[in-house]
Amino acid sequence: MSIGIQEFLTVSAILFSIGVFGVLFRRNTIIMLMSLELMLNAVNLALVGFSRHNQDLDGSLFVFFIITVAAAEVAVGLAILVGLYRRRESVMADHLNLLHD
Amino acid sequence: MLDLLFYIFASLTVVPAFLMVTSRSPVTAAMFMIASLVGMACLFVMMDAFFLAILQVLVYAGAVMVLFLFIIMLLDMDEGEDLRTRAIPSMAAMVLGGLILVTILGFFSGKFDDQFPEIQEPAALKLDGSQTLPEVYEKHLPLPYSTKAKTFGYGLFTKYMLPFQVTGVLLLIAMVGVIVLSKRTTDESEGGSAT
Repeated sequence: MSIGIQEFLTVSAILFSIGVFGVLFRRNTIIMLMSLELMLNAVNLALVGFSRHNQDLDGSLFVFFIITVAAAEVAVGLAILVGLYRRRESVMADHLNLLHD
Repeated sequence: MLDLLFYIFASLTVVPAFLMVTSRSPVTAAMFMIASLVGMACLFVMMDAFFLAILQVLVYAGAVMVLFLFIIMLLDMDEGEDLRTRAIPSMAAMVLGGLILVTILGFFSGKFDDQFPEIQEPAALKLDGSQTLPEVYEKHLPLPYSTKAKTFGYGLFTKYMLPFQVTGVLLLIAMVGVIVLSKRTTDESEGGSAT
């Protein structure tokens, strides 16, 4: 078996850049939140890879905290989106231009 | 064989992630996101992080994505979005994503050995009842990598006790915040005088 940390870090980097691309590319705020989740997951993958590589449990324990914080973040973010939709009838970032003019 | 499995799981993670970003309807995007998260759980299994893989499926694919789907259903906003009209922002996003990818890949390329070391299982540390976990780990600090859920619990309740408590408070704050945010104010429900 020749699969090591290098390959997992490559997958993690690809996922992270897809997440960055998604946040910048999309105008739908729900999909922007999903891209944010994707970036957090890419970091989780890298953390577990380093943890396995260095024979150290600390990285894996940190993934716990990241998963918890991500769940809390999604809950608050979606609540904000619901409030936004009640007022503006849209979740597209293009339509959220109250401070624009 | 394991190489082949890795490439299958990696493509099961990366391809749906890209399709998620580029799909027009939010429901399709959520479905691709679930596929991507399950693929990532498979990658965790390949790194012997079995407990985290289960947690990934339960928390992300189970709870977080169901929350997303509920919100999409509640808002009834499955309208889609024309992705081809904005050429310059799309190009900027592509260039920035590519730059980040090249930077990260260039940063660690060729820096690591090509194989994971063997796991020093707690079984090798005599985790068979003759010694308790504190006795085992007093001799082996920092905590060694392990596949057993027991060692995760031990680490959370000793070394990371304070962050663990803070995380609990954070979840409470998030819960209260969500309730306050989604509660309708009185004048909004009476006259709808918002905006």
